[in-house]
Amino acid sequence: MQTFDLEANGLRALNETLQAQAQTTNETAWDVINPRGSHAIAVGLDAPIEVTVNGSTGYYCAGMNQQATVHVKGNVGPGAAENMMSGKLIVDGDASQYAGATGHGGLLVIKGNASSRCGISMKGIDIVVGGNVGHMSAFMAQAGHMVVCGDAGDALGDSIYEAQLFVRGSVKSLGADCIEKEMRPEHIAKLTELLDAAGVDADPADFKRYGSARQLYNFNIDNAY
Amino acid sequence: MAKDDKTAPQTLPRYSNTFTPEVNAEIRRAAATGIYDIRGGGAKRKVPHFDDLVFLGASMSRYPLEGYREKCETSVTLGTRFAKKPIELKIPITIAGMSFGALSAQAKEALGRGATMAGTSTTTGDGGMTPEERGQSERLVYQYLPSRYGMNPVDLRKADAIEVVVGQGAKPGGGGMLLGQKISDRVAEMRTLPKGIDQRSACRHPDWTGPDDLEIKILELREITNWEKPIYVKVGAARPFFDTTLAVKAGADVVVIDGMQGGTAATQDVFIEHVGIPTLACIREAVAALQELNMHREVQLIVSGGIRSGADVAKALALGADAVSIGTAAMIALGDNDPKWEAEYQALGSTAGAYDDWHEGRDPAGISTQDPELAKRLDPVEAGRRLNNYLKVMTLEAQTLARACGKNHVNNLEPEDLQALTVEAAAMAKVPLAGTTWIPGQGGM
Repeated sequence: MQTFDLEANGLRALNETLQAQAQTTNETAWDVINPRGSHAIAVGLDAPIEVTVNGSTGYYCAGMNQQATVHVKGNVGPGAAENMMSGKLIVDGDASQYAGATGHGGLLVIKGNASSRCGISMKGIDIVVGGNVGHMSAFMAQAGHMVVCGDAGDALGDSIYEAQLFVRGSVKSLGADCIEKEMRPEHIAKLTELLDAAGVDADPADFKRYGSARQLYNFNIDNAY
Repeated sequence: MAKDDKTAPQTLPRYSNTFTPEVNAEIRRAAATGIYDIRGGGAKRKVPHFDDLVFLGASMSRYPLEGYREKCETSVTLGTRFAKKPIELKIPITIAGMSFGALSAQAKEALGRGATMAGTSTTTGDGGMTPEERGQSERLVYQYLPSRYGMNPVDLRKADAIEVVVGQGAKPGGGGMLLGQKISDRVAEMRTLPKGIDQRSACRHPDWTGPDDLEIKILELREITNWEKPIYVKVGAARPFFDTTLAVKAGADVVVIDGMQGGTAATQDVFIEHVGIPTLACIREAVAALQELNMHREVQLIVSGGIRSGADVAKALALGADAVSIGTAAMIALGDNDPKWEAEYQALGSTAGAYDDWHEGRDPAGISTQDPELAKRLDPVEAGRRLNNYLKVMTLEAQTLARACGKNHVNNLEPEDLQALTVEAAAMAKVPLAGTTWIPGQGGM
């Protein structure tokens, strides 16, 4: 286990060091101490390393991650795991707005609550939230899965494309073109897989599925009002 | 005299200046369809433009340089503020962002070929980076757009610069519209969307909401790319002074201002014609912001929107831009709206020179289409050569004008080299009305 003191050595040195592990992967476990809410921690990683951040982070933690597993023992600021391609981000606490925005792949696990616009424009990422998600979550979500073990706020899945949403609790309101859909065996299987991967103990039978009604897929003037 | 006497003097039929034939046709079209007009391109109505400015060639008070014999440099370096690897261009004319999806792969390749031959950069668009484009572009700017279609760190690191697109001159405040007709299998895959559906690119970025956030977003992009690449921030011309100020504050290496004559693949005609301000009106405002921050030339300014000739280039540089960018003109150079396709343009209800239904994907020139049969019509090698020729001509023209003003570098042109032919242009460009020292709003006589 390597320890990196962010306060002492600075952000540039941290990211340079972690990004360099793509070439030299014999040091696979990294402990980051004193994050103190810094932005852009562990961004652009591209190696199967494990990074533990001991404390809370600012914006864009694990942004554009590939392969790495980043574990934040605290809360994350806006845009955590934005545009993640693969790998994992596990957040022990809560996430601020736009968690997992535009993510193309990998798994984002938020054990606490996520704020508004969680999974906005998601393009293949899987997101599991232990608590609630805020308003406009999964806005324009294109692909991937979002699992909400608590409640969802207003306008869930507004203008959604082909992403699939699973919510155990209540949904305050559904956004444009988002509807409740039948939970078929393949959806139960996928949900079970995601809950297992996230280490969440929940019964898939308690969830409802939401997705696109596909009424906004082609331009229709009647939708403009 | 009888009322039906045809030999009696008559008034001539008179068209209204308000209800012109074009306006009437649009009213009839709207009444028949119930849908607003969607089209590509930029503003078509006449607005104050570079044609309303003239250079004051050297005479007694200035000393000109000799024709093609005395050196007049054209190189420009972009991204000198923070980037470890600024972009060196041989000419101050770049190719603006145009997406694969809106344009065919052949067109994107041709843009790369032409730009590389000319020693300048080309730019991706709202569809990610294609191998054809990267392969043919020696210098490639990667657009970071609200949609983030195809965005990935691998391509980000392959780029020579990153352009964070906040807005576009044709539609400040508007998002993209790529209608389903152009969504081929390849386009759909690149954008992670089902084939054949309309693709609405968001009008705002998903994970930042203002300049304070943008500053942190730029930090993240720099951290991912080792602080090597220049970060451009592109805005549609609406409030150029404040937008430039905020872009600089957010950490931009380069500010790109796109005026209302700037093109788009497709959006509402009402948006193109009625939102944003002319290119001419935004340059001095942006320069004033840079000067106030003591950042003029430290943060470079690229101006785009209806640039057509070396004269336009020279005038934009004289007003304080470091470089210009061309989109529509580059498409025309490749062969779009060429009269050789006239019969096919007419079959589409248009004519060569006015065809703008790029969203329909039926461009006879094979440029704004994803139809493989149409796209095959464009030879990327020949089209690239044409673009290179055009860029060379623009550069030669700009050099000629600069030498006439006694400048040994095109970027040494200055507002003092210009006068305006109209009061409007004088006010917008903040140069004197020709034959006077009067700049509207700034005194003189």
